[in-house]
Amino acid sequence: MDSMESQIAEWRAYVANAPGVNGHDVDELEDHLRHQIAELNAAGLTADEGFLIAVKRLGDLDGLSREFAREHSGRLWKQLLSGDEGEPAHLSSGWFETLVFAVTAAVAVQAARLAADAPDEEPNWLVRNASLFVLPFLAAYFARRRQLDTRRWVLTAAPFALAALVVNLYPWGADSATEVLVALHLPVVLWFAVAYPYMGGMVRSHERRMDFVRFTGEWFIYYVLIALGGGVLMGLTAAILDPTGVDVDRIAEWVLPSGAVGAVIVAAWLVESKQRVVENMAPVLTMLFTLFAVMLAGAAVVYAVTGVGGAFDRELLGTFDALLLVVLGLVLYGMSARDPSTSPEWMDAIQLVAVVSALVLDVMVLGAMIARIGDLGFTPNRTAALGLNLVLLVNLAGAAWLSARFLTRRSRLHRLERWQTTYLPVFAVWAATVVVILPPLSAFS
Amino acid sequence: MHIDKDLVAASATPLVLAILADGESYGYAILKRVRALSAGELVWTDGMIYPLLHRLRRLGYVTTEWRTPPEGRRRKYYTITDDGRAALADQQRQWVAVSRALNDVWPGSGGVLTALGEA
Repeated sequence: MDSMESQIAEWRAYVANAPGVNGHDVDELEDHLRHQIAELNAAGLTADEGFLIAVKRLGDLDGLSREFAREHSGRLWKQLLSGDEGEPAHLSSGWFETLVFAVTAAVAVQAARLAADAPDEEPNWLVRNASLFVLPFLAAYFARRRQLDTRRWVLTAAPFALAALVVNLYPWGADSATEVLVALHLPVVLWFAVAYPYMGGMVRSHERRMDFVRFTGEWFIYYVLIALGGGVLMGLTAAILDPTGVDVDRIAEWVLPSGAVGAVIVAAWLVESKQRVVENMAPVLTMLFTLFAVMLAGAAVVYAVTGVGGAFDRELLGTFDALLLVVLGLVLYGMSARDPSTSPEWMDAIQLVAVVSALVLDVMVLGAMIARIGDLGFTPNRTAALGLNLVLLVNLAGAAWLSARFLTRRSRLHRLERWQTTYLPVFAVWAATVVVILPPLSAFS
Repeated sequence: MHIDKDLVAASATPLVLAILADGESYGYAILKRVRALSAGELVWTDGMIYPLLHRLRRLGYVTTEWRTPPEGRRRKYYTITDDGRAALADQQRQWVAVSRALNDVWPGSGGVLTALGEA
């Protein structure tokens, strides 16, 4: 029987290594295996025979691990996407392709920079088009990795072509506020356009949407890390070269834009090939949420006591948009990193406190803001800020409601995830509205 | 007789839910029950029942609990929820509709409806 135990231990180690299978799954499968072996032994088979047949009946590990991965996509969502058969991807895979795309994007940006004579000149067209020099390459990168067919390539390209037409053919006025708004919102629209090739065209799949949310969070973290490293490198280089009389600024204007753009692709590749940050970031996220909850709850009390009317300036709505965006980002990323099958934890309660406090604050500010708009009328900036605020408000209110139900065990986390993944297109539509519809409505002022 | 893979997959959820509606159970026992019910015609790869059970749990159709029975090893038990019963009732309606249609175009083949218990 000892040999049987060691065989089972070996089998356990082998199964535990499969992507998508965690420790509890192995326990469960082992229980199954032992049951089956016992039954076969009772039927007269030897221990070895029983073991072999029981293992065989459990099914081949590749198929099994793929099924587990499909169900628990959070555990290894990326292997599913990067390879057809869920083969584990290695960091080394696809680096050449990544490099080609990163360099191409960098060349495109440098060409645009030279054409605009930046940074000496900063023509508006360069600012408006900035994201169009980067994100199409990211979209193409994913379209290639996912091996999209011709029709899907065309659908991938369409939003970028449309966006290029809109931002360049609209007759922008001098010092146009809508032009700035477009420069701010276009990257968001195009980021959602990247989602299409990222999801391999399966935009209706809620699981794929969640994968994209997770990707966005991971990508952001990697990008910030690369940017920090690059910043240190640039600073040191400048400090070292300065005494030699080399014109550091000339170097920076070549290196900085190329690096910033190339990092977009490289960060995406890092997420694709090695997305373990989620687990490492989870404790940090918990801390962040706790601090946010304290800060927001405190601010809500202060606002409620002192009233918002006093120190109210035009920046405030923008500040609150930023606040809601950060809260939403934390909620979304936290959710995508969470194991959906677990029960409510104190972390969920803290998250709810943060969201509700942010909502209370926002409603107070929004009331004052609407009164102000009633007095002074709409400007494109106010319309965009107010719209964004409402879009975020509805999202977070829904999220708060569902997570309260989840905490009191009257609903499932699944419902909350559905709410978020269903809501994603609303963000895309709103950003697209600001880019495409708001400028003509405000006469391009 | 070989039952088509898609058909096996489609019937898996209602079968498992129906078995759990009779009382809590665990993976191995559920699988044995499926074999007995279908007289060995419905063959799954054993391991595949677990991803399926985990999906039912995520959807809130079942709850799980690790327990150690007096005589044995720690084991994970699955219990159906009200949502699960509602899903089962829904599945039953769908299967009855399908089998009724099949019965109508295959007169004389008999038995499809009776097998489903004429719900």
